[in-house]
Amino acid sequence: MRARTEPIASDHSTLKLADALQLLQRSGHPLPDRAQVGDVVWLQALIDALCELSSRDPLTGLSNRRQFELALASEIDRVARAGEPALVLMIDIDHFKKVNDTHGHPAGDLVLKAVGQALQECIRPMDTVARFGGEEFAMILPNCPPSFGQTVAERVRLKVAARKTDIAPGQHVSVTVSIGGAFAPQWVRSSAPLWVERADQQLYRAKAEGRDRACLEQPTVSNVSAEEKGLLFGTSKFQDLE
Amino acid sequence: MSLSVLPTDPAAADPVPSAPRRARIMAVTSGKGGVGKTFLSANLAAALARRGKRVLVLDADLGLANLDVVLNLFPKVTLHDVFTGKNTLEEAILHAPGGFSVLLAGSGLVEYSRLTPEIRDQLLQIIDTVAPRFDHIVLDTGAGISDVVLYAVSLADEVLVVATPEPTSMTDAYALIKVLATQQERQEIRLVVNQVGRVGEGRVIRGQLQLVVDRFVTPLLPPGTLAPRLDLVGEVPLDPAVREAVKRRQLLLELMPGCGASQGVEAIAARLDA
Repeated sequence: MRARTEPIASDHSTLKLADALQLLQRSGHPLPDRAQVGDVVWLQALIDALCELSSRDPLTGLSNRRQFELALASEIDRVARAGEPALVLMIDIDHFKKVNDTHGHPAGDLVLKAVGQALQECIRPMDTVARFGGEEFAMILPNCPPSFGQTVAERVRLKVAARKTDIAPGQHVSVTVSIGGAFAPQWVRSSAPLWVERADQQLYRAKAEGRDRACLEQPTVSNVSAEEKGLLFGTSKFQDLE
Repeated sequence: MSLSVLPTDPAAADPVPSAPRRARIMAVTSGKGGVGKTFLSANLAAALARRGKRVLVLDADLGLANLDVVLNLFPKVTLHDVFTGKNTLEEAILHAPGGFSVLLAGSGLVEYSRLTPEIRDQLLQIIDTVAPRFDHIVLDTGAGISDVVLYAVSLADEVLVVATPEPTSMTDAYALIKVLATQQERQEIRLVVNQVGRVGEGRVIRGQLQLVVDRFVTPLLPPGTLAPRLDLVGEVPLDPAVREAVKRRQLLLELMPGCGASQGVEAIAARLDA
């Protein structure tokens, strides 16, 4: 074992310790007093704080995209192994550019924060809510039965719509969101990009259908429509189609 | 468990394989019951065994197993006993008349018709354990689109859907194909058309199913995903010999080796073995 006074590295010049401490200080992650708690505890607190910092979106305080992707990967593992249903929601603020253009970017930031907070209030402790990028947010909801999906998404949509953001004394704005959602294929090791892509497809659909709405990928369709049956047994029944 | 329990087991005859090999796992399934899934699983296994392959048929229809009936086996040890820890896996692997091995579910498994995580883990573990010892593992699944069926299919490298020219069978096969393509992201699905009335009917039915898949299923998939392709691996003619073999609880390949249906099954085995 190395001496307890030197737990980090013999050459401190290679460590950006000062930078790290400054970063933590500025982002409001106070560390315990090194002299009081000892090096090991202090170092652990430092690592924890840096991890926390690197997984958060600085503006909204939500998980950032890096953290979201980690959570998504472990959820895919779980779904593949346990077969429990899990839902991903992609949430995009409607006409966000208009907020920025009309009220300025600081107001835009306040709106992003407010939406982030509204989303945070919708989730269970096991869920992940992240800022995916720009005005797009994402949620991972483990163990969410398909029959609850639409209700959950609607609740999120209404929660955001009900929120008023004060951008100046006596002035507030409210925004709506469009939501797209998809369930992970049970027992199948899907890929994270494919799952997000499926939810994104639904988000495009929600936008195209007029925004301020939640569209979820239809759960497994095992029923066969009259149209499909028509084609299956239709006019070309006796043609060799190979 | 000593391998001497299984003296004529082709898997046992093969000592430790030089290279780590693993069986190809194929799920045999159908949208509708009564289209000849179990008949086909058993006879395909026999045909593959005749081609010198080590084959295991696993009764993955956990609730309502038929394989024992088709093969006229009355097993003392079943998967149920393995799951409950009463017997070892080795003791449950039996010899079927056609020169292949079987793992039977047994009626005691009715309670497993709901798929619990424990059952899933155990099935997965069993398949992992036996896979290195065989060339082919055939999962004879139940009919319909239950979670047991979908889980069994998800364990397989390839899936073979059995349909007959009957409209109800075609509709149910189509519904199943749709689920497999959209939910399990299957891009290739093998198809056998059983009980065809004339040569080439399987080809027509494949074309018809593919047409509807292209029109209605492909648009449901994310862009960039390959359209699901139906691969017709063969057709089996409607043959009174099949009914006779099932009634006598014998393998068709043993009872009537040269009949039309036997030839159809053998052609499919050749295709699958390629």
